[in-house]
Amino acid sequence: MTSLNKYHRYQRQTVLKEFGTAAQEKLFRSKVLVVGAGGLGCPALQYLAAAGVGTIGIVDFDIVEFTNLQRQTLYSVEDIGKLKAQTAADKMKAFNPDILFHIHNIKLDSKNSLDIISSYDVVMDGTDNFATRYLINDACMLLNKPLLYGAVLRFEGQIGVFNMEDKDTNIKSNYRDLFPVPPDPASAPSCNEAGVLGVLPGIIGTMQATEVIKIITGIGKPLCNTIISYNALTNLFYDFMISPAKGTDASVPKNKEEFEKFDYEWFCNAHAVLNELTPAEFDGLRIQEKIEIIDVREIGELPEVDEFLFTQIPLSVFENELKSITIKNKIVVFCQTGKRSLAAVKILNEKFPKCSVWSLKGGIEAWKKDYLNSLHASSIKP
Amino acid sequence: MEIDVLTFGQITDIIKEAKLKISGAENTDELIKLLENNYPALQSNKYSIAVNKKIIQENTQLQHQDTVAILPPFSGG
Repeated sequence: MTSLNKYHRYQRQTVLKEFGTAAQEKLFRSKVLVVGAGGLGCPALQYLAAAGVGTIGIVDFDIVEFTNLQRQTLYSVEDIGKLKAQTAADKMKAFNPDILFHIHNIKLDSKNSLDIISSYDVVMDGTDNFATRYLINDACMLLNKPLLYGAVLRFEGQIGVFNMEDKDTNIKSNYRDLFPVPPDPASAPSCNEAGVLGVLPGIIGTMQATEVIKIITGIGKPLCNTIISYNALTNLFYDFMISPAKGTDASVPKNKEEFEKFDYEWFCNAHAVLNELTPAEFDGLRIQEKIEIIDVREIGELPEVDEFLFTQIPLSVFENELKSITIKNKIVVFCQTGKRSLAAVKILNEKFPKCSVWSLKGGIEAWKKDYLNSLHASSIKP
Repeated sequence: MEIDVLTFGQITDIIKEAKLKISGAENTDELIKLLENNYPALQSNKYSIAVNKKIIQENTQLQHQDTVAILPPFSGG
């Protein structure tokens, strides 16, 4: 230990008259759960650990991938393939040995989340999918824990505090008051598919950490009942005030039993188009029948496809281009990972109700992988 | 009567503008119908609507120069 006393490391914040050693003590005693050690989780973990939060839980079941490094700044090239929660905790322990870390190398679900969340004071949502976002929201409602919401896409981010009463108005709201129904997976792109500017989750995750520290220490006014939207390209902030919606209470599980039975994956995918073909099914159909194959990726996207014939109609101009096209055959649509093609299937179903339309599951990435494997398999046959 | 409409995320991609002026809508239902007619891709999207920064849950009467913001959910983290 290099400090003269336990406050030494934190002198620059305890010197703030609004903060002082009283706020520092509150941080020492606090327990924060960070769900997702990714783009939002990495910067938040760094600042929560730097500020002296006494106990930090990290939930993540994923491993570090090369494409994470562009925004998940805790990880290095040598961490690729390692578990994120463990790796993040190891780095944070070296950075601030005074902090107790709990590592949860698991995927949160309705069976395990109440147990985990109940031992923390504040929860930070740094996840990357709707099912877990609704799950955490409902768990925090049941356990009455403040929830720091943050989400990013491309150049825009959202941040807000859920399930925490505004002291002036006694009102509290939650994610379901803002978005009562999850979006169709085809219409809500992920960062894998749509991209994200690396620094953006850095900004939003740091804002989430700021709110966590404010909530624990009681300084300032937390972002209750408000969502802030930030656009990195225009530097515009816009705030949305949320009030409790009529239907929310009825749709949220009311107790532990109801919660554990609630299938969040189904809830968030119930409206999904199920017309998908696996790469093998697609190859079968392609060889046996005359089908139209449409690539809905934008011009210039990789990988290039020269193994079969197809038409390219980027999703951005899909509806307009379709006006001048007639299709009588069966149609298979593909994109990079199989998400945008689901959106295209929906449009095609409306435009050509008599045609059978499928999306290539996992996109051209999955197909190429299968194709290369099969080439490899046939080349090593005696 | 003219309304300012602000769009965010995927909604900006569909409408191609982050800010536009719409006339001929007396309330939010009419405004959404009008937008959905002009931009059919909106129909398959989920979003919240704020009138003058307040998220609304049901059809809301609009006044001249009100600002309606359309916010879609993001999943990325």
